[in-house]
Amino acid sequence: MTPEDIRAAFIEDLTSVAPDIDPDTLEDDAHMQDDLGLDSMDFLNLVSALHKRFGLPIPESDYPELATTAKAVRYLGRALAG
Amino acid sequence: MSIFTMPSLGADMESGKLAEWLVGPGDRLARGDIVAVVETQKGAIEIEIFESGEVVELIAAPGQTLPVGAPLARIRKPGEVEDETPEAAPEPEPAAPVTPPTPESAPSAPRPPSHGASGAPPGARAPGRVPSGALASPAAKARAAEVGLDLSDVPGSGPGGAVLLADVEAHAKASGKPAAKGKPGLDMAEMRRAIAAAMSRAKREIPHYYLSHRIDLQAAQDWLAATNAERSPDRRLLMGALLIRATVRALAKVPELNGRFEGGDYAPSDTINCGMAVAMRGGGLIAPAIMDAREKSLDDIMAAMRDLVARTRTGRLRNSEITQGTVTISSLGENGVDALFGVIYPPQVALVGFGSPRPAPVVHDGSVAARVCVTATLAADHRVSDGRRGATFLAEIDRLLQEPDTL
Repeated sequence: MTPEDIRAAFIEDLTSVAPDIDPDTLEDDAHMQDDLGLDSMDFLNLVSALHKRFGLPIPESDYPELATTAKAVRYLGRALAG
Repeated sequence: MSIFTMPSLGADMESGKLAEWLVGPGDRLARGDIVAVVETQKGAIEIEIFESGEVVELIAAPGQTLPVGAPLARIRKPGEVEDETPEAAPEPEPAAPVTPPTPESAPSAPRPPSHGASGAPPGARAPGRVPSGALASPAAKARAAEVGLDLSDVPGSGPGGAVLLADVEAHAKASGKPAAKGKPGLDMAEMRRAIAAAMSRAKREIPHYYLSHRIDLQAAQDWLAATNAERSPDRRLLMGALLIRATVRALAKVPELNGRFEGGDYAPSDTINCGMAVAMRGGGLIAPAIMDAREKSLDDIMAAMRDLVARTRTGRLRNSEITQGTVTISSLGENGVDALFGVIYPPQVALVGFGSPRPAPVVHDGSVAARVCVTATLAADHRVSDGRRGATFLAEIDRLLQEPDTL
């Protein structure tokens, strides 16, 4: 999967959890909680969706790696390659 | 024969718009069946029926805005014969005096002629923005306005080419319009008005007292991290579930905090329907209840929270969930402030608040250490309980959270 594919998949899961987020204006450095307003339930739903899609375990200790879209794409890319 | 009426979905509700019938004449109903969808300031609500019987006639048509107590359908009770005179509909509940009725809340007709659920009733008020000349059912018009479709673009399959709800849905899907972006039927200005009415009533009628207690959450936090480390994301728990479970269990020790104060009398409740304040993305909040929370394990509570948050934000709640609450919990989650002092949601008599858990310097085993703490607060009705009982309650929540594996 290319980083572009991962980014598209991540944004699809993010906007399904938070339908009011507009993928066209989403900034890659926007913080999930502080800027996009995800609460702990939204974030858990996002992690669950990514887990289902990619089959990755995504332990809680890795949550900070998903803080922004840019970080998440790098994290998921590494995890999928590893 | 009995008349199924527009239910009151809270003291702040004066009227509701019938969005859709889910049953028709001849259908047999059991208590608890969902029969209709009503749009209120809390969004679209699924309406359950509280008696068994058979639908004889649908009186109200989708799209009509009707006051609380207005007849919606005639129901024949089991064993009844055909020609019985219908009982009079119960008196509509008096509207809350807080807000003047808006034109929208006036009854559109005392008793409109009956017609099929999908027909376009003549003279029914057309909600939303509707292009002139387009023949369409009220539900179709409302949905089209909601998704931003021009009705003249939608091919109709109804009588005389009338556009029906299903046509709008199909067209919206085909044209790539979002089927339901965010929560259907939710009006933020209306929601703010409803919150204002309920909270003004609470502050006017309920003599609140407040207690605050800082709880060491480190044991619960450690247990949660260890538990979640062995679980896939879809089975993980949130701290919020532990806080709700501890609160529900602590109510067994101070049961007078769980109940309803109505008509000048307090009635404690045997069941615990635990309201959970859910913030809407974009502002406002709704506090639907986890029904029979006492009977639910920690995992059950977590599953109920997931379901309720999802349905509050993007789907449909049921009327029992928004009218039968016996206590409410409001939790700020991870990124808030230290403490929350709540306003009781009438007719309940207590609101439990949790601030954001975060590390704080506390004395633990005789020395100062940084441990995750949360501030629990209680806002309670002084007509029903006193500070000493409230203190017992918060101390019990604290005690239970020190033994998370027994929750």
